[in-house]
Amino acid sequence: MGKAVLVIKGGEVLDETGRRRADVAIGAEGDVVGVGADLDGNRVIDAGGCLVTPGLVDLHTHLRQPGREEAETVESGSRAAALGGYTAVVAMPNTEPAIDCASVVREVIELGAKALCDVTPAGAITRGRAGVELAPMAEMAALGVHLFTDDGAGVQDARLMRRAMEYATSLGVTLGQHCEDESLAAGGHMHEGEWSSRLGIPGIPALAEELMVWRDIALSRLTGAPVHFLHLSTAGSIELVRAAKAEGLAVTAEATPHHFTLTHAEVVGYDPLFKVNPPLRSVEDVVAVKAGLADGTIDAIATDHAPHAQETKEAPFDEAPPGMVGLETALALATTELGLPVEAVLTLLSWRPARIAGLAAEHGGPVAVGRPANLCVIDPTATWVVDPATSASRSRNNPFAGRTLTGRVRHTMLRGEPVVLDGEAQR
Amino acid sequence: MRHLLSIADLDVDVIEQVMTLTDSFVEVGERRIPKVPTLRGRTVVSLFYEESTRTRLSFETAAKRLSADVMTFSVGSSSVKKGESLRDTVQTIEAMGVDAIVVRHGSAGVPRQVANWVEAGGVRVINAGDGAHEHPTQALLDCYTLRERLGSLRGMRIAIVGDVKHSRVARSNIAAFTVLGAHVTLVAPPTLLPESLVGWPVEVSHDLDAELPKVDAVYLLRMQQERQTEALVPSLREYTACYGLTARRAELMADGAVILHPGPMNRGVEIAAEVAECPSSVITRQVANGVAVRMAVLFLLLAAEGGDVADE
Repeated sequence: MGKAVLVIKGGEVLDETGRRRADVAIGAEGDVVGVGADLDGNRVIDAGGCLVTPGLVDLHTHLRQPGREEAETVESGSRAAALGGYTAVVAMPNTEPAIDCASVVREVIELGAKALCDVTPAGAITRGRAGVELAPMAEMAALGVHLFTDDGAGVQDARLMRRAMEYATSLGVTLGQHCEDESLAAGGHMHEGEWSSRLGIPGIPALAEELMVWRDIALSRLTGAPVHFLHLSTAGSIELVRAAKAEGLAVTAEATPHHFTLTHAEVVGYDPLFKVNPPLRSVEDVVAVKAGLADGTIDAIATDHAPHAQETKEAPFDEAPPGMVGLETALALATTELGLPVEAVLTLLSWRPARIAGLAAEHGGPVAVGRPANLCVIDPTATWVVDPATSASRSRNNPFAGRTLTGRVRHTMLRGEPVVLDGEAQR
Repeated sequence: MRHLLSIADLDVDVIEQVMTLTDSFVEVGERRIPKVPTLRGRTVVSLFYEESTRTRLSFETAAKRLSADVMTFSVGSSSVKKGESLRDTVQTIEAMGVDAIVVRHGSAGVPRQVANWVEAGGVRVINAGDGAHEHPTQALLDCYTLRERLGSLRGMRIAIVGDVKHSRVARSNIAAFTVLGAHVTLVAPPTLLPESLVGWPVEVSHDLDAELPKVDAVYLLRMQQERQTEALVPSLREYTACYGLTARRAELMADGAVILHPGPMNRGVEIAAEVAECPSSVITRQVANGVAVRMAVLFLLLAAEGGDVADE
């Protein structure tokens, strides 16, 4: 065993190989140097009563930098991520300018080098996310970009999406789709149904999502390219993905905490805090998302952390931008609301998303000697009340304010550095 | 009642109270000097983010007949053009010490948001129409007008014809008519109906000719030109052919049945010019009653308990 500079003591290690009572020793290089009983080191971090797990990985984070620094920065967003137990996040490319070429990829990677978690940019599929011509995907892939998406919008043109998929197969990258057919969704601001009709708010039908899920499954079948479905929200989408997986197609999917906890009925007070895209759906859809998470149809929980400055959310419902923050509440919402064993929750939050993001070498792997110490220490029984005012995010658009949750991140280790200790960010 | 945001918030007793008060204010309106000092010293602001002639004038006339001071916040010539947010505008108006804000906005829910923002102060908020959500004072004046002609709404059959999907008037009227005991049938092509009618206490028909002989009142909604470009109807001509109240169709109505329209009318589209002027039409009564109903609403929200309605 190498020399331990730090030992996480008294916890129960939980990773995809199982659970065992063990201390975890971390060496000067930030690697795990020992896992076992009664380990010693210069510095001891208490994990009594806690789970020591691989750090969480978010496939879907909007860090807003460059361009919208008043809402979030790589630094503030990564701090929120670390507090939420994340050691890696995928930064969505709908920045200003968009992450659609090597220079912006480099900028985000540089900003991420000083962050409190690993920040890996997703690249846009099309230039400027305009859906017209392919972005230089190979150039971005050479810098380590693994996931490509025009998130915020879906690639509308089927021929262009087909070309993107064909091209992607030569690069070994994955295309992520924000599934929304604009011809059906345009002008809508919430889920189309009972509540939109009653409230007089134009709706976005479930079919707008499902139509594109169907199309991209068919394109994946045609091209062989892997496709990852972002933030699935409807029962129909989940059924399509279930069938595609049964067929053996290379499809993966994620769902957000708000889509397994909130419904369109929340919009009754017209508070834009509850405006999000895809919109909050029906009770039946929430049930289907939970079932999809339980049976593995949905591979990962992703936050779609979407910070917005306060004043933009204090606007009429149909003028306010869609989106909610989520990095600091995802784990606790999953442990509180899903009714799944904690192993299953961490599968959805850590090792599966790490693989989809192409980050499995560094994140989400077993807690074992020689692996980088990207770890999260969770107190599974701690209860706490969500208070947006104490968030590390620059934004406060949190729809869960006042909710009592069970399960809390106590410490987060980034390559052996305790970036969060006892729920406090260390820098 | 703290604010008037939605008919759905009101129970039968409050609507009856508004009707009774309206009787008094109709009487005030018939006086040589149609003005009472009830709201002297109170300030009412009309905050209209959407063009409106009749509703704004009706509210301002109502407030003035109650001796309130009236301020008009006209969006076109204001700080809104300089980029001021809705919330900042509302805070500015609230800071001036006003008593009531009458708000009209193109987005559903804005009056509710404004009411939440002024919750700490004593300001009352009245919804003068919000997007496709509600237009509660229109529904109240429609109920009053129908009672003038039909006596009571209990058991009456009312057809609401046209663009229900985009209509705040329809949403408020469905709630008001049904809570007062009327049966409502929506008559429109499927493209102009809300996508979901779950929980709506209505029947639906696509055959106006079949409905007209059965109804005590027909309520025509304004048909907007842009519905044609949105491909919700193939043409206004076809809409009129299927759903317009033409002179021929008006003859299908029973004796004593009445015709309503919230205005402004598209003569020759949803209603034929001669039908608008016929004895069954109560369209001008609606406008006249609008002032008295809005006086009743302002009185309910702003006058002290036990204040005298018609104190001269």
